Amino acid sequence: MAKSQEQLQQSRSLSSLIYDPKFRSYAFQILLLLVLVGFGWWIVQNTIVNLQAQNKTTGFDFLGVTSGFDIGFSLIEYSRSSTYLDVFIVGILNTLLVAVTGIVLATMLGFVLGVARLSSNWIIARMATIYIEVIRNIPLLLQLFFWYFAVLKSMPSVRDSLEVISGAVFLNNRGLYFPDPNPNDAFLWVQIAVVLVLIGGFFLQRWSVRRLEQTGERFPYIPVFIGLLIVVPAIVWFISGAGLDVSYPERNRFNFQGGIQLPPEFVALLFGLVIYTAAFIAEIVRAGIVSVNKGQTEAAQSLGLKDNDRLNLVVIPQAMRVIVPPLTSQYLNLTKNSSLAVAIGYPDIVNVFMGTALNQSGKAVEVIFMTMAVYLTLSLLTSVIMNIYNARIALTER
Amino acid sequence: MNKKIVTIALGAALSLSASAAMADTLEDVQAKGYLQCGVAPSTPGFASPDENNNWSGIDVDYCRAMAAAIFDDPEAVRFTPLTSKERFTALSSGEIDVLSRTTTWTMSRDTNLGISFTGVMFYDGQGFMVPKDLGVNSALELSDAAVCIEAGTTTELNAADYFATNGMNYNPVVFEDQDEVVKAYDDGRCDVFTTDSSALAAERLSLADPDSHKILPEIISKEPLGPSVRQGDDLWFNISRWVYFALLEAEEYGVTQANVDEMLGSENPSVRRLLGVEGEFGKAIGLSDDWAYRIIKHTGNYGEIYERNVTPIGIDRAGSLNDLWTRGGLQYSPPIR
Repeated sequence: MAKSQEQLQQSRSLSSLIYDPKFRSYAFQILLLLVLVGFGWWIVQNTIVNLQAQNKTTGFDFLGVTSGFDIGFSLIEYSRSSTYLDVFIVGILNTLLVAVTGIVLATMLGFVLGVARLSSNWIIARMATIYIEVIRNIPLLLQLFFWYFAVLKSMPSVRDSLEVISGAVFLNNRGLYFPDPNPNDAFLWVQIAVVLVLIGGFFLQRWSVRRLEQTGERFPYIPVFIGLLIVVPAIVWFISGAGLDVSYPERNRFNFQGGIQLPPEFVALLFGLVIYTAAFIAEIVRAGIVSVNKGQTEAAQSLGLKDNDRLNLVVIPQAMRVIVPPLTSQYLNLTKNSSLAVAIGYPDIVNVFMGTALNQSGKAVEVIFMTMAVYLTLSLLTSVIMNIYNARIALTER
Repeated sequence: MNKKIVTIALGAALSLSASAAMADTLEDVQAKGYLQCGVAPSTPGFASPDENNNWSGIDVDYCRAMAAAIFDDPEAVRFTPLTSKERFTALSSGEIDVLSRTTTWTMSRDTNLGISFTGVMFYDGQGFMVPKDLGVNSALELSDAAVCIEAGTTTELNAADYFATNGMNYNPVVFEDQDEVVKAYDDGRCDVFTTDSSALAAERLSLADPDSHKILPEIISKEPLGPSVRQGDDLWFNISRWVYFALLEAEEYGVTQANVDEMLGSENPSVRRLLGVEGEFGKAIGLSDDWAYRIIKHTGNYGEIYERNVTPIGIDRAGSLNDLWTRGGLQYSPPIR
């Protein structure tokens, strides 16, 4: 009798355990975790077994091996005797170059377009609308092909290069050539001067804001800053005797030598990415501005704020809170979309590393893993930076 | 292009299911009823589809020969067009059963990639094509030129070697698709287009104005192009290799598509062994003994395949490396006995 009582109690405590929501939620989460870990383990295990079964060598040793191929456009010294690791770095740098330039330009173009679409000028507003609706709705890959093949075809050949600036800037179907300013050693002083002015400008701005708050007097901060930025380095330039040893592009038998060459692949990719992403950014900017309640503008007006101040102090700070989070995703999109470079032959990481290096080395799993890690890192970094910025401009709740 | 990336990624990560398929390729192929063959997307003479999606080319006919040996039906084959970049992943992941895609046999590919080459369908070498009005007569004059190249090929490596050895600079412009390479060359993005000389000959004919382009005399590399299979399946390897040899053996003994039925009554023991009248050579590779008869009946011998596909693109066989050994070429089959 006592025994069955005990059993009853035990089963009751067991069933109460099953009906205990806290226990249940933990149990299911642990179960899910186990399934996920098991699945991951299975994938890794299976890959290893399969690679062995295919008699493939694995590991990251290949990174130290000579690559044996050339890359057309590289920011660092690279030749056929460089290693696969160098290919990796060249690829990352080329991706970064197009992504960073693209983000800056797309932001600028996007803001202009977004504001233009809200313009009271009928033509400007309509033009912006047409641009946004057309560009947004055509796949990026097609646009890249358009910029590359259509525009390349209309460019003159090397022999009939367009002299944009006589003797200095040339345009042809091999790209855009312009002089390379090779600064001499003394030029370092000019660079230091620029950095110092930039730092000074930061403090100047804080000082002018404080002065405005304390005395109500305005300090013409922006003109003064720009003036300093031009005058100070110029003076240093003359005093230090800095000079530029400019190398101009010159035509030889086939191509131009010397100077800086921007290959058409880069230009086409940059154009495509900027024009496409700017259309999305424009819509985000428009949404941000529209989201600021009209009452805010009216309140600012009734306080007697000038037009500029009303925009800069009231409307834009509030609009930014709406703009920044989706803007971050556009930046991430642009970076990831730059992988379409492979279609038009720009040597980004997907082209040179996941393409050629993978093929020549045969290390598919390692190479793809590394490439994914690069994009993940770039995206997470962008997110972190934008989140910090977002936190700074976010509404401070008290 | 995203699709390709996905294919590669999937192929790499999910080579999972491949292990089962790899064990016995012949059984799998027989079970599904057709051969899956990886070919070039569009290389005239080697593999290219016509308007009705009928494939033709020397690489295509090799696959048809395999299908004929296995199924007695040269149409029991499906073609997967692959870029240079995708081809090895497609083979090792089990997406295709045999890769017959103008692929150069090199040591690293044979030993590192988990694949094995089974023969040399075509002995080739890398050459250069330039517009005539450039006034270039030798590859040694190409210093500082912009060179259009297809990604993931031995071409890329050979060009790097050649220009480095000769102390010349060049500017490689690399595309993923041969079509894009040709288009960029035609648009004047590059001074030079380099690839296997057979492909150069074929591509020249597809340019807007073939007569204004010429192929330079230099051949800068050895490019033995042949089919390959996954490592680790010896039976399948043997089938692939001996289908190729049967094509050569048939030509050597004068067995053609037209006379193969008569040849069944031949007194020549070599012919009798080839056609399965004597011996049990087919059983040893898991096929029926008339396997080679089927091949010749449906696709003809090596010479006929060459004549049908490669001669029209302007590459003569007589006296070349691709002639039979009996006529001074390199095409040589070990005896079937």
